[in-house]
Amino acid sequence: MAQVSLEGIRKVYPNGFQAVEATDFTIRDGEFVVLVGPSGCGKSTLLRMIAGLEDITEGTLKIGDRVVNDVDPADRDIAMVFQNYALYPHMTVRRNIGYGLKNRGTPASEIAAKVEDAARMLNLTDYLDRKPAQLSGGQRQRVAMGRAVVRDPALFLFDEPLSNLDAKLRNQMRIEIKALQRRLGTTAVYVTHDQVEAMTMADRIIVLNAGRIEQIGTPSEIYHNPASTFVASFMGAPPMNLIAAQVDRGQVRINGYDGIMPAPTSANGPVTLGIRPEDIELDGQGSVPFQVDILEELGAHRLLHGQLAGQPFTVLINKDHAAQMGENRITLKPEALRLFDTETGRTL
Amino acid sequence: MADTTLETPAVAHRPRKIRWHAIGDHLVLILGSLLMILPPLLALTTASHDAVTIHREGLQLTLGDDLGKNFHAAMFEKGGFTQTVDGTLMLMNSLILGIGFAVGKIVISMMAAYAIVYFRLRFATLAFWVIFTTLLLPLEVRILPSYEAIQKLGLTNTYTGLIVPLIASATGTFFFRQFFMSVPEELAEAARIDGAGPWKFFIDILVPLSRTMIAAIFIIMFVFGWNQYLWPTLITTDESFFTLVRGIKQIVLSYTDGQIPEHGQALALAIVAMIPPVAIVIFFQNWFVKGLTESDK
Repeated sequence: MAQVSLEGIRKVYPNGFQAVEATDFTIRDGEFVVLVGPSGCGKSTLLRMIAGLEDITEGTLKIGDRVVNDVDPADRDIAMVFQNYALYPHMTVRRNIGYGLKNRGTPASEIAAKVEDAARMLNLTDYLDRKPAQLSGGQRQRVAMGRAVVRDPALFLFDEPLSNLDAKLRNQMRIEIKALQRRLGTTAVYVTHDQVEAMTMADRIIVLNAGRIEQIGTPSEIYHNPASTFVASFMGAPPMNLIAAQVDRGQVRINGYDGIMPAPTSANGPVTLGIRPEDIELDGQGSVPFQVDILEELGAHRLLHGQLAGQPFTVLINKDHAAQMGENRITLKPEALRLFDTETGRTL
Repeated sequence: MADTTLETPAVAHRPRKIRWHAIGDHLVLILGSLLMILPPLLALTTASHDAVTIHREGLQLTLGDDLGKNFHAAMFEKGGFTQTVDGTLMLMNSLILGIGFAVGKIVISMMAAYAIVYFRLRFATLAFWVIFTTLLLPLEVRILPSYEAIQKLGLTNTYTGLIVPLIASATGTFFFRQFFMSVPEELAEAARIDGAGPWKFFIDILVPLSRTMIAAIFIIMFVFGWNQYLWPTLITTDESFFTLVRGIKQIVLSYTDGQIPEHGQALALAIVAMIPPVAIVIFFQNWFVKGLTESDK
């Protein structure tokens, strides 16, 4: 168990491409941190630098109190779970899980006991003598977890471990991984591009974009107070509505429409207005007209896609609300309005 | 084969149609098999006659009385110029050459491929292509310098001299390189985190993963080594290093003292020479096909 701190960590590839800009953050002992972002945002590079599989161009990486920049991955006291599991295909589950211990010269009797323990924890006891090819995706995932757990490392690293599973299994494994991490109290860094995974599993989320940290915060902070339009549109499904608007004497005015709401900030001029689809109500007396083009039935909810003042807009309503195509009127909850700088995309 | 047997139940209900294309296929296959099997068969029947009959009447289609005698003579009668070498010794030599060849080539080319694929060598790609271009320089092209080098090292008439100069293999290196490149990179990374150094990763992970590849290359290289003729002829003058392939020729060419060459014995020896490669192919067949077609990852 350990705290992990990154101080000015950068990654520049030999061809000059900067994959990760100077990055500072500290992961607290026992914390579950999720790195999330679109493909190519540098999240995997960051994880691989923590693992030691990628050289750190600049900066200081500490695991516990030890600077590990030049420490071999094997000696960093970490365990990693890979996207494709990276199980050794010719070894049984038992040998797969025990391989790391064997290489460290652990006595055979101790390996056997630890492997049994890990297998019991992960419901793998019946499969210990099988080869990975004879296991299902979820079981392979568990073996990969077992390989990490058995060594009792200071830090777990997960590199998109669930993306090869089907949706149902993914939900289940998500809960299992989270529960396991809680129980063991091991610090964990988890990389994903799936914002649902990030929201559900993280103690804290780090949103990355183009090699830069956009925002660090708890899932609730990230969801309710996105620091930029990027975070606003990346986190949450459906994403936050972002439309062009104007602030004029403390009032928000949506372009091409004269609906007026009090502005939460004192800024003036053009802004980007953000509001979550569920913070909007259908309301016959509402002040804003909303043209519904497509109605998506999700069971518990309905999604109404359409246009507001000529800009694409989405509204989420509960299943017991009636909805119709065409012209509707809506009310935007004033406390849910978020305003962003039109140029930089940062929150105002 | 497989799909015709599978189709049968479905077809059985309908009035039988003559499937001309199937008949055609089988005809081609049968003719091909006959073509392949007739020469050894002819060798076997001819080997059962005595030298005089063969010399006078040529190849024989019927079984004669001398099969056992010819085989016995071919295997156990000392022959050659010095009268010291018999068939068993030659069989032994051929086996040493074939196995030494195959094992040596596999070890060398696996290690070369491992270095090229897994280590950040400065000129790895260049090194690979240099190795690869040696395909353009087979033994026959460089035979004189090769001979001179071996002769100066004093390795003529040794197994080392027979085997070592030929074990560098561009083909093997190429096959293993392609295979290693198809092994997921995460496997090496997982092993690194699991504390396996380069040597352990090679022995514990790569070698077991490559076993079908190893089997396939073993077959090819064993047969190649077994059939070597030119190099052994050049490098060994001592008859105790004779291989079967050379022995056959030796018998046929012994026109000394106006004797009729022992054609029966030569053919018996030829049949003996065919058995090990065939046995190895049959034995490793499954792995061979696997190694060349599927990737076991």
